[in-house]
Amino acid sequence: MGEFLQTLFVGLRLGSVYALIALGYTMVYGIIRLINFAHGDFIMVGGYTLIFTVPLMTAAGMPAWMAVIIAILVCALVGVGVELIAYRPVRKKGTNMTALITAIAMSLFLENLAQAIPAIGPNPMVAGTFFESGGFRVAGVTLDYTTIYTIAVSAVVMLLLYVFTQKTKMGRAMRCVSEDKSAAILMGISVNKTVLTTFAIGSGLAAVAALMYIAQYPSVYTTIGSLLGLKAFVAAVVGGIGIVPGAMLGGLVIGLVESFSTAYISSSLTDTFVFLILIIVLLIKPAGILGKNVGEKV
Amino acid sequence: MKKTIRRGYLVNTAVLVAVYILCVVLANVFSEVSNFKLILTPSIWQCCYLIILAASLNLVLGFMGQLSLGHCGFMAIGAYTAALISLAFQRAGVYDEKSGIVFVLILFLCVICAGVLAAMFGVLVGIPALRLKGDYLAIITLGFGLIIVNVINNLPFAGQNGLAEGVASSSLYQNGLGFGTTAKVTYLWVALAVTIICVALMFMFIRSKYGRAVRAIRDDEIAASAAGINTGYYKVLTFAFSAFFAGIAGALYACSNSTLSTASFSFTNGSILNSTFVVVMVVLGGMGSLTGSIVSAVIMFVLNYQIANGSWVSSLPGFIQGVFTYPMLVYAIVLVIIIMFRPKGIFGTYEFSLLRTPGEFVRWIKGLGGKKKAKPEGKEAAAQ
Repeated sequence: MGEFLQTLFVGLRLGSVYALIALGYTMVYGIIRLINFAHGDFIMVGGYTLIFTVPLMTAAGMPAWMAVIIAILVCALVGVGVELIAYRPVRKKGTNMTALITAIAMSLFLENLAQAIPAIGPNPMVAGTFFESGGFRVAGVTLDYTTIYTIAVSAVVMLLLYVFTQKTKMGRAMRCVSEDKSAAILMGISVNKTVLTTFAIGSGLAAVAALMYIAQYPSVYTTIGSLLGLKAFVAAVVGGIGIVPGAMLGGLVIGLVESFSTAYISSSLTDTFVFLILIIVLLIKPAGILGKNVGEKV
Repeated sequence: MKKTIRRGYLVNTAVLVAVYILCVVLANVFSEVSNFKLILTPSIWQCCYLIILAASLNLVLGFMGQLSLGHCGFMAIGAYTAALISLAFQRAGVYDEKSGIVFVLILFLCVICAGVLAAMFGVLVGIPALRLKGDYLAIITLGFGLIIVNVINNLPFAGQNGLAEGVASSSLYQNGLGFGTTAKVTYLWVALAVTIICVALMFMFIRSKYGRAVRAIRDDEIAASAAGINTGYYKVLTFAFSAFFAGIAGALYACSNSTLSTASFSFTNGSILNSTFVVVMVVLGGMGSLTGSIVSAVIMFVLNYQIANGSWVSSLPGFIQGVFTYPMLVYAIVLVIIIMFRPKGIFGTYEFSLLRTPGEFVRWIKGLGGKKKAKPEGKEAAAQ
């Protein structure tokens, strides 16, 4: 029972990180139908920003986790920059395929650019601690503070995001653009501005995810985002890509699958199980768990 | 019309055989020159499997218009199949040294088995995956590619020493084929022959009735199925066909390396051999042009090799040298620029043809003088 609960909490913690990243994928996909392969590398950008700004924060007498605010800003800037420099010009004249390949190229670019910067380099860097260590025991299970904060923060962020998309003017504009772009233009919505906001928010979420992830696994390297991003992307697809609650559900599903397969089956086959879940879901419900099947227009 | 086709086959076969013989003769003449032995031969081996790999992905990506991000998974299957089969023969004592007619037979057996097994997995993956389209297909193939690599990583007989039941590990050492420098020179003709045959088969495939059906699917799937093309069947067929050649490329890869590691076949990594990079090669060359894939595979290899080993790099300013330490950075920028200014790739859908290209080239040279005259001539050529 104790092991089961422990695994459950590990799964929830991983799942909330995946969900935060998946939100970035799903928002961008919902609005411009592009798999943003560079999103995983925004996590890397966030991670390195955290590493470099934590000393500044502690020197200023503030708690270390406050560095996440700077990380969010930097990530949002990078996200907006990638959209402006690469995605927008290609989207104007290319097809879906060329846009996707541009995304892959941007991912390669960010990863290798980070390696080429002398202060970063190819070797992993160790992050300090962000939250106080320790925790408390419930029903024979030790819950450390990192786990609690991760789950709580991501729940709050997701709730805020949901309210944002449902209640605010910008959120409504986002939903409009993702539903019908030309109709949105006719209603006086600036599509470009909306897309930029989406990129900024999605990338900012990646920075929060980076904080949560390296608080648990305190090591940052340039390819940190590739597998993490892939799994989060799988989570977005499993939940139904383009749908905000779908990303949360998908993230939790993938996190739980990962933790339970590691604990009970085999730790080296974890990735296989994660991608197997993806394949099964895609074959049964091609639009994801919460997605609606839309008939094709001829 | 039929006469032209027959003439085309004759000319192409004759030229291919001539080129092949020339290469083999040259290889024999220069086999003792150390530069040829140490640099050129391994490079040709690498070019051979990169060419087959890029061309085979182009069947799916360029001619069928479906993005597959797990192509290296099939290559991994081919590489491990060939390595394990040859290792089994070696352990059984069928051959001892890498020479003699028996070894050549086993070599070809390995290559063909690698292709066939990869094609079987291509069918297995293709039947469920090709029900999806576009982005979803890209994701599901990516998933299958990662699963294949992850499972191979966990097969006990594909680890450390191969065939011995033991701990699964990421590398397979002492694989039976694994040619050294001398063997690479001796069996250079195998690599060349396999590459020429594979590329010729792919050319024949896309020019056949199957190829036309596949291109119809790319242009408009609904119209194609309305015209009586069984789209599901043709998609799986092309996917399996492409996997077959990826497997063969894997077998050549196994030949030119003494250790096999699944890390080389992952989705992205630092080297130029990974599923992403194959896509890059195909896109650069032109989606829908086998000529383009072949040329871009060679260019990419040479570029990669020169950036890593070229002596001219050290004469560049320090900043550029720093960038060249991470070649993927250069490729990413080149890729984005090409996508922006030439979305169809360098060659577009142009194909090299021994019968047409010399004439076109002559017209192009003439056209340089007076540009206005070139146009009607081009139309005449199209009409003929």
